[in-house]
Amino acid sequence: MNIAVDTRAIELLDVRPEAPARASEAGPAPKRIVVGYGFWIFLLSDIVMFAALFAAYAVLVHSTAGGPGGPQLFSQASVAIETACLLASSYTCGLMLLAANSRRRGAFYLAAVVTLVLGAAFLALEIREFAGMIARGATPQTSAFLSAFFTLVGCHGLHVTIGLLWLVVMMAQVAVKSFRASVMRRLLCFSLFWHALDIIWVALFTVVYLMGVVP
Amino acid sequence: MTETPALAKEGPSGVLVYTTGLFLAVILTATSFWVANTTLLWAPGVALGLAVLAIAQMGVHLVFFLHITTAPDNTNNVLALAFGVLIVFLVVAGSLWIMGDLSSMMPAGAAMRMPMHH
Repeated sequence: MNIAVDTRAIELLDVRPEAPARASEAGPAPKRIVVGYGFWIFLLSDIVMFAALFAAYAVLVHSTAGGPGGPQLFSQASVAIETACLLASSYTCGLMLLAANSRRRGAFYLAAVVTLVLGAAFLALEIREFAGMIARGATPQTSAFLSAFFTLVGCHGLHVTIGLLWLVVMMAQVAVKSFRASVMRRLLCFSLFWHALDIIWVALFTVVYLMGVVP
Repeated sequence: MTETPALAKEGPSGVLVYTTGLFLAVILTATSFWVANTTLLWAPGVALGLAVLAIAQMGVHLVFFLHITTAPDNTNNVLALAFGVLIVFLVVAGSLWIMGDLSSMMPAGAAMRMPMHH
């Protein structure tokens, strides 16, 4: 009886593939990995949408219809400060996630507030830039170039606005629900979102503001 | 409060990763702004240089901030990223190519006769 059981066990072992242990053999992936992957796919689809806006901008950049062009409108000093704000907020967002991972409440709130303030400063500078352009008559209706510009940069600004709202919600969730697993997954998604916005901004300041003023 | 060991393993090394990323990103950003404003460089190459710097900085952000690595549990993320990059390239390069071709083949003056309100 014992012998029969043993051979069956050996046969079962033989059925298993010879390949070394893969990630799939370790059983289903933890929910954190699955959620991160799903959110990453959403971010990539968002980046594809931005690619379409970038393509539209690149095609229409010289269609100024007699209106002002990039070199007359863009202020590099303002863009440099915006870039610094967003990059620093991306860094503090990373520190915020680390603080949440090691359950340091004070450090988490500090990093979250700094991220929020830097993101809001970026947004305020961008709104001021838009208001200044519109006051000078460079409205989205003026030319195809300005339509494409306001769509592309405005869409990024809208994403930052949503990100700031999301960050406020996450701070409230940590205050109410503490660092439970579901909150940690949402924090991971938020950090991915915030870092992805910074990646889009890198493409944006290079294509729109720096290449725009190069003759 | 549920303990998640996978999350808790990152310690001071995590800070080092983010700080390295920030350091590299600041250098690349500063170089981009310098390249766009200097007169020292060969002017026709500036746009290409800016593109290279931007792509390098995006890579830094992906590795140090988003933690896209070559680890086995990251294969799916890298494959999705590769597909995303392919689509982005097709959309941007394809649009520029087609629209560039279109405007170069349009007879002189035709653009004037096709205003926006058509």
